[in-house]
Amino acid sequence: MTSTNMSKPFLEVKNLNVAFPTEDGLVRASSDISFSVARGETLAVVGESGSGKSVTSLAVMGLHNRKTAQISGQAILNLESGPVDVISADEEIVRKLRGKAMSMIFQDPMSALHPYYSIGNQLIEAWSLYNEGSKEDGRKRAIEMLDLVGIPAAEKRVDEYPHQFSGGMRQRVMIAMALINNPSLLIADEPTTALDVTVQSQILQLIRDMQKEFNMALILITHDLGVVAEVADRVNVMYAGKIVESGSAEDIYYRPDHPYAIGLLNSIPRVDQLESKRLVAIPGQPPSLIHRPDGCSFRARCEFADRVPGNLCATTIPTLDQKSTDHFSRCHLPESELVKARVEIGGRK
Amino acid sequence: MTQPLLKLEGLKKHFPTTTGGVFSKVKGTVKAVDGIDLEIFPGQTIGLVGESGCGKTTAGRTILKLYEPTEGKIIFEGKDLAPLSPREMKPYRAQMQMIFQDPFASLNPRQTVGSLIAAPFEIQGITPEGGVTEEVQRLMARVGLNPEHINRYPHEFSGGQRQRIGVARAIALKPKLIVADEPVSALDVSIQAQVVNLLEDLQNEFNMAYIFVAHDLSVVQHISDRVIVMYLGKVMEEADKTDLFSHPRHPYTKALLSAVPVPDPKIGRSRERIILKGDLPSPVNPPAGCVFNTRCWKAQDRCRTEVPQLMQIGTNHRIACHYPED
Repeated sequence: MTSTNMSKPFLEVKNLNVAFPTEDGLVRASSDISFSVARGETLAVVGESGSGKSVTSLAVMGLHNRKTAQISGQAILNLESGPVDVISADEEIVRKLRGKAMSMIFQDPMSALHPYYSIGNQLIEAWSLYNEGSKEDGRKRAIEMLDLVGIPAAEKRVDEYPHQFSGGMRQRVMIAMALINNPSLLIADEPTTALDVTVQSQILQLIRDMQKEFNMALILITHDLGVVAEVADRVNVMYAGKIVESGSAEDIYYRPDHPYAIGLLNSIPRVDQLESKRLVAIPGQPPSLIHRPDGCSFRARCEFADRVPGNLCATTIPTLDQKSTDHFSRCHLPESELVKARVEIGGRK
Repeated sequence: MTQPLLKLEGLKKHFPTTTGGVFSKVKGTVKAVDGIDLEIFPGQTIGLVGESGCGKTTAGRTILKLYEPTEGKIIFEGKDLAPLSPREMKPYRAQMQMIFQDPFASLNPRQTVGSLIAAPFEIQGITPEGGVTEEVQRLMARVGLNPEHINRYPHEFSGGQRQRIGVARAIALKPKLIVADEPVSALDVSIQAQVVNLLEDLQNEFNMAYIFVAHDLSVVQHISDRVIVMYLGKVMEEADKTDLFSHPRHPYTKALLSAVPVPDPKIGRSRERIILKGDLPSPVNPPAGCVFNTRCWKAQDRCRTEVPQLMQIGTNHRIACHYPED
């Protein structure tokens, strides 16, 4: 253990690219991704389907098939024993990190649980991967975890099967399973999308409590900007495989810099605002990841592209530039035009 | 006051549950919709909200007689449709249409867009002015699709575009009522606003009434004039939009609204949240008394025995609760 490792963020992703060769061409699912997450910190990744948010996190978990996916870059876990790069490390080493150093929960708790095995057996299996001990010890630990995630009568329910649990309860089981070996990093991929709002708020609260309890680095992947606002410390906004804006939750919600982020925030109705004005929709749809346009991928939908001098948006891919201490944006628009854009879009509401 | 376009009186839909097998016996009923009254006027939008299993989808489908109602009246322009046979229903079908949630499952993958949108004309035996093809292309342009794509198949379109195909098919016969069941929940955030705006524009143009079934309260708040909150087949609260969202009186509505995340870090984190305990009870075996009593923080003995009736508590505001919020 070295003291320098302790001050470093737990996860550091550097220039990560994931692409899949297909008959139609190379699908560049995520490109040029860099970010880091410290223990105790919550990073939210927002974006639409196909924006690369799940692909990126699966790469961090080392879950892509290395034979079919083309992966480059680094995803470094700063473990107590020293840093490990998930992308280049031996598969056997990565397998031993999963569930222990890093864990993941998925959107659909029904398909993520095995219908033939009792909840208890599935939890014990996860526990026994990293713990010596009898099945009785594992069972004790399973009950303890079920109790921790708020499943009533855990000693009884540990012997039940997934179909006997409701959606919210299943997601609690998934969380118990992901946390049974005290991981340092938890990736939650749309953990509440399949749930009703009243259950969603229970599960979000639970995830936050568990993060404190285990001092975990948390990556929350979601498309729900409301959920992000409530839990995130930092936010990565993804579009067409790239991070287009990154900053603190306050930066993104109060000072968004990328026209896509500005548009997205203005296009959603809010339950706390009783205005019935027309929504400000972003025109068009996301580009294909195979035949990517030259220049900025958002250009075709961006109404400010013509305010950038020299047709830059059509020819040059913008870089992720620093706007303030911890706020980055990938846009050619000059600062003066940006201020105008924010006011213009906001004023239409 | 003008005549309501549609009036429901005590609409119920119960599904029998059976023991299964050859000598299957009925062992109980799921009261999916257990008594809805409502009035909807031309050009009005009523939002039907609630969590999964509350009966909102069943209600929408029963209104269109896609399910045979168990009890109650569906009065469309003064005529009760509930007792009509499928054949007798046919002329009314042209006036009431449906938009479905899943734009992938609701379009036949083997039919071209042209024949999908032309289907209502064919079924009703109507030839629009200028011919079917021209009308279909006009409809496509109206909903924001390229009319040149008339011979393409559904898989060649994105989710948002497919939902536009569904909308074009629904408005083809200029219906007076559209039941839209979660029309935007399968779409990406940036596409949702496009489809919501399209639905609003079409409503203004044709003066259609919408019954908008959804679980996303932010969207319902945006699009509805009036909102009905359902829980386990029962109406909990019904009020004009502004009234319901600014001043909910039923504890369930209050909890539901407080659970909706707000896209604003400061407001979102400081908002008072009512976290309900537990899950929705099984609709096969709903709680006695008020169906919400098992999760309600205000429940008293009376709530466990006596079913609260839907009562008027203000102008156009009704709730079913023994101990309403102030």
